[in-house]
Amino acid sequence: MIRFVTSRLFRAGLTVLSVMTFAFVVLRMSGDPAQVLLGPDVPQNVVQDFRDRWGLDDPIWQQYLSYLRAMLHGDFGLSMRDRSPAIDLVMQRIPATLQLTIPALILQLAFGIPAGIYAALKRGTLADRGVIVTAIVGFTVPSFVLGLLLVLIFAVTLGILPSGGASSWQHAILPVLTMSIGGIGVLARFSRSAMIEVMGQPYIRTASAKGVSWGDVVRNHALPNAAVPIVTIVGFMVGSLIAGAIIVETIFSWPGMGRLLIVSVTNRDLAVVQCILLLVAAVMVVSNLTVDLLYGWLDPRLRQTAPAH
Amino acid sequence: MSQLLDARGLVRVYTARRGLLGRPARVRAVDGVSLRVKRGETLGIVGESGSGKSTLGRVLLGIDAAQKGTVHIDGAPMPAFGTPGWRALRARIQMVYQDPLAALDRRLSVAHQLREPLDIHHLGDGESRSARISEVMQSVGLRPDQAGKFPHELSGGQRQRVVIARALMTEPELLVCDEPVSALDVSIQAQVVNLLADLQRDRGLGMVFISHDLKVVRNLCDRVAVMYLGRIVEEGPAEAVFADPRHPYTQALISSVPQPGRAANSRIILQGEPPDPGNRPPGCAFHPRCPMAEDSCRRAIPETRAVGGARSAACHLVAPAALTEPA
Amino acid sequence: MDNLVEIRNLRVAFDGVPVLHGIDLDVAPGEALGLVGESGCGKSVTWLAALGLLPGKATVSGSVRLQGQDLATAPRRTLERVRGGRIAMIFQDPSSALNPVIRVGQQIIEALRLHRGLTGAAARAEALRLMDLVGIPDARNRFSLYTHEFSGGQAQRLMIAMALAGEPDLLIADEPTTALDATIQAQILDLLVTLRREMSMATVFISHDLAAVAQVCERVCVMYAGKIIEEGHVGQLFETPRHPYTRGLFDAIPTLSGPLRRLVPIPGTVPDPRELPPGCAFAPRCNRARAFCSQHRPELLPQPEGRQLACAFPVPITQDIVHRQEEYQ
Repeated sequence: MIRFVTSRLFRAGLTVLSVMTFAFVVLRMSGDPAQVLLGPDVPQNVVQDFRDRWGLDDPIWQQYLSYLRAMLHGDFGLSMRDRSPAIDLVMQRIPATLQLTIPALILQLAFGIPAGIYAALKRGTLADRGVIVTAIVGFTVPSFVLGLLLVLIFAVTLGILPSGGASSWQHAILPVLTMSIGGIGVLARFSRSAMIEVMGQPYIRTASAKGVSWGDVVRNHALPNAAVPIVTIVGFMVGSLIAGAIIVETIFSWPGMGRLLIVSVTNRDLAVVQCILLLVAAVMVVSNLTVDLLYGWLDPRLRQTAPAH
Repeated sequence: MSQLLDARGLVRVYTARRGLLGRPARVRAVDGVSLRVKRGETLGIVGESGSGKSTLGRVLLGIDAAQKGTVHIDGAPMPAFGTPGWRALRARIQMVYQDPLAALDRRLSVAHQLREPLDIHHLGDGESRSARISEVMQSVGLRPDQAGKFPHELSGGQRQRVVIARALMTEPELLVCDEPVSALDVSIQAQVVNLLADLQRDRGLGMVFISHDLKVVRNLCDRVAVMYLGRIVEEGPAEAVFADPRHPYTQALISSVPQPGRAANSRIILQGEPPDPGNRPPGCAFHPRCPMAEDSCRRAIPETRAVGGARSAACHLVAPAALTEPA
Repeated sequence: MDNLVEIRNLRVAFDGVPVLHGIDLDVAPGEALGLVGESGCGKSVTWLAALGLLPGKATVSGSVRLQGQDLATAPRRTLERVRGGRIAMIFQDPSSALNPVIRVGQQIIEALRLHRGLTGAAARAEALRLMDLVGIPDARNRFSLYTHEFSGGQAQRLMIAMALAGEPDLLIADEPTTALDATIQAQILDLLVTLRREMSMATVFISHDLAAVAQVCERVCVMYAGKIIEEGHVGQLFETPRHPYTRGLFDAIPTLSGPLRRLVPIPGTVPDPRELPPGCAFAPRCNRARAFCSQHRPELLPQPEGRQLACAFPVPITQDIVHRQEEYQ
């Protein structure tokens, strides 16, 4: 088990390092921040002053090393725009993003998994087909289309919900719905196929043959086995929620991290973008790590054990 | 008479992990195996799971490279895997696997599958290839109208005939069969066993027949080699070995096969589990399960010795041919 | 003597395709009955249907009486008490028949709780006793292990322990040794024979291996294409098989002793259940079939010598009886 955890931790560290490097390379290659932030009409000496202050004329590997060193010390740099610490800017936005993503994740789990399992147990019936069709529609409609559609219906036509902003809890309803519906569809479909697979396994027949009631067969014998693949997909969905936040926050003018990212990318505000990317990477890594550890807990075959001889 | 297949001192070690995260263990799947097959002769290789018999089959064909030892085909050393020489040789030695559905390409018709070996080895032209396909199909008992069928449209027995037909297309001299009838029902199994026996007799094929089914091996093979944990523990003419097994493992293996009319309690029931190839006991690998094991068995690996009548066994307790009659 | 189980006119169809064509079968208390036949003949389906274990796409009709109680019409709760409690079942591939994420000891305890109301320390002690009984070495330390930590042979022993937990009157063993190595097969067959004797529990042994059936059973039913075609005492059936199919099976199996002979295969293949021949299902492959056979489906009828037979032109009883007796004795 210790080997298992250390190997996963090592891999997580490697992933974070790759993301940091990637962010560095891409942002340095995609345009000169001095030009973007200061505009084309600024005198040359101001530009040079800006470049000196941010070390933009140092050799690229030196910039990279000082970048890594700063990161390791928890120093994510100053926003090039207003010179406040990038990390503070990002932190201010996190609660708003969590206000959307956490309810969305809860909705996804609360509706996606039960719907999928229900469909699997009622396989071939009208209810099953209903779930499949709804799920497919749910995850094939892109979130920007869905978002606009919801705005059209509930804000424009019915006028019962606001179309954008963040001044009350009602403002969160449409963004949360937009973010969760696709995930509910994915999760429902995935849970269904995982459950169908498990229900066809010989050990399910064994459990029935020894007199376990149908409900207990599902609860005690099938669900723990279906949990392994379902947990995998939930891990992926945490990642896609953050990606979704970028789009949804932009559509609904929600003052979260996603919108900050869009603005900062447009402005080539390197420190802020790096900080967000790193944070997103960290969330992904942590959720993957959680999934891996959950695996070990859910599936004894993945735990290291001495051979039984 | 010259040997068609002459393998000496073959060793194949691979590293395997226990579970997903376990420490890699060195598994001596084939551990110093020597065997010979003449033209027109069938050698049966029997053993339980983990005995290394399937690995041995792949090593004999050169698909899996041996770390030690040599394989000679008709006196010439086996070329390295993947070289033009090896590919040319594959026309002369062919393999038949257990699962015909996995061995066949499910998108290709029977005729297409049979034509492939001829294309690969540039044998004959269009017309003679078609003639050869009908000829071989007939010889394995497939009807001409089945040429256009796809694997899923055939029964298990018919599919195995297609696999055998494909192996025969290049007129090989040696056929290596790995459990070719194990997946078939008894009534169909007999059809395929008879087919192999006839083909072998009519064409003078040399054949290596790998199987866990002792009854089929006895029926089909001239000689038999019994494997246990990567080694041949007993070898000899099939009739003699089955009638009077010398090695305690062979005795138990033969005794474990249910036979109608023989009481269950007269059987030798081996204690213990089948061996773990990654955790080989010291000395004779069979000693933990052997009812006759002595101290010497726990210490020294027994050498293969001649025990008379063209037979050999690797057991400390079986008297060599020159000395006395076995107890 | 009253029968333990009486199956009458049991029929099963999958998606409208009949695969079981009216099975009549009795099991007496404590007896060992063999069900023999090739894949797809319906030998497993018979018992899965009897216990209501077939998937929803199967339609089942007929009656299955367990000491007078009809299981086909019984409420779900009753059926659950019968399964594992009165009639237990073990399967072909033991490693996948045990739940991979539940500790093996707990799987045995579950059966003890359901059928004998045992919990806590009492259940644990009884589970350990059962593991000892079926020959799991070091049961105490391996109680909390998972299925993948046991070999195939040991997994089958665990399945047997779990089946014994409910103290059943009948054990259905569905190809219990097919997936195992020869020396391990012998161990498991030996275990089944011993347990049946000691626990006076009836056994139905489903297998394609005639010889294995002969070692475990007293009485044998041979099935072909969803019907029982011959039934009788083991000795009788093995010495003088009368149905051409039974006879054909014997001739097709190589032997391990006696003179070498060329195998006599049964020509053709088992019919597709969707395209069953109108008369006797075996007629197209039968060397004794006449025109009559392709029109009339033979009934399973009692014979003077005590067996039951479904064939219009069976193998004469005198034919090379001496030869066969030499071969199998």
